[in-house]
Amino acid sequence: MDKQRLGETLRPYLMIAPAMAGIFLFVLYPVVFLGYLSLYDYNLMNKAKSKFIGFDNFAEIFSREDFYKSLSNTVIYTAGVVVLTLLLSLLLAVWLSKKSKFNVFVQAGIFTPHVVSIVSIALVWLWMMEPNLGFLNYVLKALGLPTSEWLQSSRSALMSVILVSVWQGIGYYVLIIVAALQSISPSIYEAAALDNANKLRTFWKITLPMISPQLFFILVIMTIGSFKVFDTVKVMTGGGPNNATNTLVYYIYENRTTNIGYASATGVVLMAIIALLTFVYFRLLSRRVHYQ
Amino acid sequence: MASIEFVRVSKAFDKQEVIKDLNLTIEDGKFTVLVGPSGCGKTTLLRMIAGLDPQTSGSVLIDGKDVTRIAPGKRGVAMVFQNYAIYPTMSVRENIEFGLVNNKVGKAEREELVESIGKAVGLSDYLDRKPSTLSGGQRQRVALARAMVKKPSVFLMDEPLSNLDAKLRVQMRIELIELHKKLGTTFVYVTHDQVEAMSMADKIVLMNKGVIQQEAPPDTMYRRPSNRFTAQFIGTPPMNIGELGAGGIKYGFRPESAVLSEVQGDEPFSVRGVIATREMLGSETIYQVRSDSGNFMVKRSEDLFAAGQEVFVGVAAEKLHFFGEDERRIEEKQGAYRDYLEALRGRSHG
Repeated sequence: MDKQRLGETLRPYLMIAPAMAGIFLFVLYPVVFLGYLSLYDYNLMNKAKSKFIGFDNFAEIFSREDFYKSLSNTVIYTAGVVVLTLLLSLLLAVWLSKKSKFNVFVQAGIFTPHVVSIVSIALVWLWMMEPNLGFLNYVLKALGLPTSEWLQSSRSALMSVILVSVWQGIGYYVLIIVAALQSISPSIYEAAALDNANKLRTFWKITLPMISPQLFFILVIMTIGSFKVFDTVKVMTGGGPNNATNTLVYYIYENRTTNIGYASATGVVLMAIIALLTFVYFRLLSRRVHYQ
Repeated sequence: MASIEFVRVSKAFDKQEVIKDLNLTIEDGKFTVLVGPSGCGKTTLLRMIAGLDPQTSGSVLIDGKDVTRIAPGKRGVAMVFQNYAIYPTMSVRENIEFGLVNNKVGKAEREELVESIGKAVGLSDYLDRKPSTLSGGQRQRVALARAMVKKPSVFLMDEPLSNLDAKLRVQMRIELIELHKKLGTTFVYVTHDQVEAMSMADKIVLMNKGVIQQEAPPDTMYRRPSNRFTAQFIGTPPMNIGELGAGGIKYGFRPESAVLSEVQGDEPFSVRGVIATREMLGSETIYQVRSDSGNFMVKRSEDLFAAGQEVFVGVAAEKLHFFGEDERRIEEKQGAYRDYLEALRGRSHG
């Protein structure tokens, strides 16, 4: 009898055990280990020489100029990518939300970059942005517009990386917003027309609130993703020129061999920033998001 | 208040003509119901009045003015949609006042209007709630309030009751009749339900395949259907129709016009048959009688017969209708009417 009851109590835990094991192994353990490493002056060659140094790594982070440089780069990059992508994908989605063959074609075209590997895309853009022989400057010249140094000047490098990221990500977000727009019942727009609402007011008061859950989702997902940008930076600039495109994750990557404890501490700081930002988003915006 | 006029109106969707050269006048202040089977063009007409799907050709006049080029929001009409089309992200109050804000009505006046309309439709306690927390009936009232608050000269309703349960529908029907009496504005109501049409309308406009079959008050529509389609669309069960024999002439009678008896009477129409089914509905009983002349539905207030019993179905002369080969009604004063009556008497069998 008791044995049977014991079995019944244990069964659910047994059932979720495989999944929980995965989560422990691949999520919790790495996070905890990251925290552990961040408290050490860790020696990769000889573990025995590792030294517990408490919060010294963190103290160092906040006193180093290059950390602030990469943090501000990351913030600018994130703000640029999030704002540009949201605005452009919203505009494109509103344009593409009418179902027609042409629109489906355009949408497929916009989505294509999302399918291609970011490394290939970064390489292609790298060539196109070459100041002397690149396609972009060729076009600008042909149109009589001033050319740019693109990735080779510290003033325009970050902007160039933002441009590539926006170009690559926009199709996916257009897809989400188009789906959201198409799910709005047309009779709501008809009711608004009968209520004498002009186009702009209809957009502000009906369309935007109706797709706010999707926009909020995109905002959060994209902020987190942009804070962790690495691949474009790695392929296109390597953080340069003169640290102009060095972002937090690339900064961690640079320190991975020389000082793993310091790199881990930076990882913890990055995690904290993202958590804080997401929390702030939810606190500030959740009242403006209308779930039905 | 306003009358509505359709002048030689046509409407095509993707080159498929739904309505062709239609003329119709909807009187000022009347409760007009557009009724017909689905796809008959009744909703299309309603949406033309609203300006949501403008006509392909012809003109729509509201209060004598051609509104073809006037935007929906400036026509002085309000519409209640089948699915209510409430703005889900706005509170009940915002829903009701959205049109007022757009029309630049002052805040104080707006608040007063919303409060009084809210009270009128019984939503006072729900003004700050989101529509998703309301029941179907309450949402219906929000939709009504949103239409009423604009004080439109024409009320358009597109099957507003079809999403409600049967009990609530009957209650709302009465409320709509009262609302119309109170406001005295022109109501145009679209439904496929002939019971709704009969119970609420001052005037019914019956349509089929884009063509108006009959325009008449409910009692005329019921007692003197102008063609076979009307006769069979209005009334439950529909009118019994049978072949007279020669010339494609058909006769018809309402289920409640027939009497059942065990012995043959002297009515002009009298046939013997067997009761195939019996539906006891409480206040009335519906029999299906199978005879050599076809199946007839008979509705009686008394419940005297059982299934399987042999009975005579009799119909008095004044309760009989005749329809010509063109399906049109043959009036009593037409010469042939007597001949048809005699022909029917000759066909009676016992």
